[in-house]
Amino acid sequence: MTDRRHFNRLARVLHWAMAAAIFAMLFIGVGMMTSLTWRPALLDLHQPLGLAILLLVVVRLANRLRHGAPALPAETPRWQALAALGSHWMLYGLMVLIPLLGWGMRSAGGWPVRMIKGWNVPPIAPVDPTLYALLRDAHGILAWLLFAVVIAHLSAALLHGWVYRDGVFSSMTRSR
Amino acid sequence: MTGRGSLRRAWLPLVGIATIAGSLGAAFAWSAGLVGDRITTSTFLADTPKSFPAGYRRAHGKGICFDGVFRASGAAASISTARVFSQAQTPAIGRFSIGTADPYAPDNSTRTVSMAMLIAADDGEQWRMKMNNEPLFATHDAEGFLARIAAFAPDPATGQPDPAKVAAFYRVYPEARRVIEAKAKAPWPSSFAGVHYYAIHAYLFVGPDGRRQPVRWWWRPHADFTGWSVEERAKANRDHLFKDIAERLAHGPLRWDLVLQLAEPGDPVDDPSQPWPATRRQIVGGTLEVTRVVDQAKGTCRDVNFDPTLVPKGMALTNDPVLAARGGIYAHSYNARLREIGYGRATDAVGRKDGR
Repeated sequence: MTDRRHFNRLARVLHWAMAAAIFAMLFIGVGMMTSLTWRPALLDLHQPLGLAILLLVVVRLANRLRHGAPALPAETPRWQALAALGSHWMLYGLMVLIPLLGWGMRSAGGWPVRMIKGWNVPPIAPVDPTLYALLRDAHGILAWLLFAVVIAHLSAALLHGWVYRDGVFSSMTRSR
Repeated sequence: MTGRGSLRRAWLPLVGIATIAGSLGAAFAWSAGLVGDRITTSTFLADTPKSFPAGYRRAHGKGICFDGVFRASGAAASISTARVFSQAQTPAIGRFSIGTADPYAPDNSTRTVSMAMLIAADDGEQWRMKMNNEPLFATHDAEGFLARIAAFAPDPATGQPDPAKVAAFYRVYPEARRVIEAKAKAPWPSSFAGVHYYAIHAYLFVGPDGRRQPVRWWWRPHADFTGWSVEERAKANRDHLFKDIAERLAHGPLRWDLVLQLAEPGDPVDDPSQPWPATRRQIVGGTLEVTRVVDQAKGTCRDVNFDPTLVPKGMALTNDPVLAARGGIYAHSYNARLREIGYGRATDAVGRKDGR
């Protein structure tokens, strides 16, 4: 990568598209466990959107591993650089894991994993109550962890954008 | 670049960031039902005692699994492309149950009996359903279910419902009189075999031409109805219904016809408390043959959530708010139960006698 201060275009497009998708997904997820009215519609959105996120994160990871990320400013304290690195890889990990756990739990529960009416993806786990319980709990707990990490990530990004103004925020918003 | 010393002077952006993060957190907590006092699908399970026996369903806890086969008549293929209506035979698994939460309730303690079923066609599509021996839901919405329980709760002083609360309930839900009064007069079934099982909610059947036909359906028994007199009921064995169904099946299969009632324009499609005129056209979509029953601790129905919002291609949900609410409510019961089974806390619910 020649431009060292910005993520490449693919990374930026994927970042913002997935930011919207993941925010929607988190709210859809908790909403369908509480809403009296919207659960069937939310569930119909949740499953294909989850698979879309899983596919997109694979592309995103490949792009990241190939092109890397811009370096943080030289004056960034070591703890902040470590926190950034740790939270970014945690985000990637959760973006891969949570959809797989969702797909797995529905498989273990014997449910069809429906993309659109009439087209289901195949199960990726055997039907088993213990497996269902484990995958279901992991799916929920990690979704809450993802929400917390996303909020921390957003707060740190805004801190860079509005307070430090050190080019970290614009590395994901601009190409120049 | 303004440098890191700016943090101290940057109180306004910091307040802005804290407000954004805090608002998102609050919105998320509200969506998850953690803050606020709105009714969520969890509210419907709030009455489940903490001591509820592990591994059992939170409603209709006492039941028995069955195996059977659905044979399509072919007559419904013109109104729904669902594979079950064209496939000659489709395996069905299901469950008979009685309408109390307590999995140890005696069979003569309720006049509500239910059938639940999962039919999985050869195209991979599942049709999950649950039916009661009552054709209608008492109220037009799900909140009415909670209101009804609260209104009819016995007053600790008298042991009877408070007439003022009951009257207030009927003012908000006048339609509930129909079901509650009919239920009080209905005979008590003494067998699962001769019972009509009603889906209660309407569904949309999607035909080969894409037409969406609202349909209500029920299972019409081949066996005659048998009911209990007051004296017979008082003396009945606590497991009478379950022994009866096993005995009948030992002599041969039991059958029910799937009756589809077709709505006409203007019929109340989204209100489960309102019947459609009895003159509406009916189609027999096929016949269910139940061949055997299996103890629910061992049968294939044990770990199945008979979620009536899961319908195959060729069917769709109406905007019936009670039907939609069942999806979330059943999910909570199912998740709680499968955790207990999955993490080894269930005992007799999974056929374990030794407490291990």
